[in-house]
Amino acid sequence: MGKRGTPTIDMTPMVDLAFLLVTFFMLTATAIPDEPVAVDTPSSISEIKIPENNVMTITISKEGKVFFNMDGQQNRAELLQKMAAIYGGVEFTPEETHAFAIMSSIGVPFGNLKQVLDMKPEDRKAAAADFPGVPVDSLNNELANWVLQARLTNPKLRIAIKGDRDAEYPVVKKVIDTMIDKRVNRFNLITNMEKGS
Amino acid sequence: MAEISQGGGEGKKKGGKVRSKKTSTRIDMTPMVDLAFLLLTFFVMTTTLNKPQTMEITMPEKIDENTDVPKVNEREVLTLVLGPKDKVYWYTGITDPKIELTNFSPSGVRKVLLSKKAEIPKLVVLIKAMDEARYKNMVDILDEMNINTIQRYALVDITSTDKDLIKESNL
Repeated sequence: MGKRGTPTIDMTPMVDLAFLLVTFFMLTATAIPDEPVAVDTPSSISEIKIPENNVMTITISKEGKVFFNMDGQQNRAELLQKMAAIYGGVEFTPEETHAFAIMSSIGVPFGNLKQVLDMKPEDRKAAAADFPGVPVDSLNNELANWVLQARLTNPKLRIAIKGDRDAEYPVVKKVIDTMIDKRVNRFNLITNMEKGS
Repeated sequence: MAEISQGGGEGKKKGGKVRSKKTSTRIDMTPMVDLAFLLLTFFVMTTTLNKPQTMEITMPEKIDENTDVPKVNEREVLTLVLGPKDKVYWYTGITDPKIELTNFSPSGVRKVLLSKKAEIPKLVVLIKAMDEARYKNMVDILDEMNINTIQRYALVDITSTDKDLIKESNL
């Protein structure tokens, strides 16, 4: 033919591959959950992975604030109703219940929860740094109620404690004592991989 | 840009017959490829690849007056006290203990644990954390228990006796 052909490439296989990968990542993807506070977890040699779902996470920040989180939107809505029944006098609208179901960690006393739920998600994110944390004092231990009600809502729940490496021991001890008090004897401490010491 | 559409539409050079022009079935795939890779990049970046590790711990049941507390020989007890600034105080036995200071380096607490483990077959380690200790210290010491395969250990509250002993030792 003698004609100088334009150098063309058949892109079909590349497109095939690209879409295959896209499909794979879409199906396996779980978006990174947004955290109320940045937590730098300590390292350990343990290689047990955290389960995919049915996890309750108790976050302890550097300043000693305690945050509570649970997965499963259905369960969260149920949990809110149970908590409202305990701390009587607070009524939640369906919108607030929905906001609770999709939000991340809880870091305010129950009395202030309604106010937080009424915020716009962006405002809530901005205010997260000022959240006082869930009370864990022996006089007003709301964490104990959250834990108890969460376990009643979802009996399969695994409990994970995610503490900052610089969190002070007394706070950690208070959280652990709360667990033992509520007959939670087995829990997981979230750590990251040991980076050769 | 790679070009894909070609062929077709050149029929009239050959022969005199006028053929109905074959419309090209090729499509320019470049935008689709762009989109595909954009999505690919997005999902690769948002996926959490390394799930965090966890360390499983089991705490003892809450004890009341009716529970039988297991008794141990005091010579089999090694007490580690987690102090401020990553210090670890340790002593064996209960009566008139000699307090020594170590740290979290491999030549520190690990050496102590290994030598004690070899010395005492039924070693029981009591871990007491002072209020100044940090969460990291607790995780590190639990990690050392796993590393050195120490079967019997417990996290217990610090007593005022321990605090006094440490203060007296001046370490």
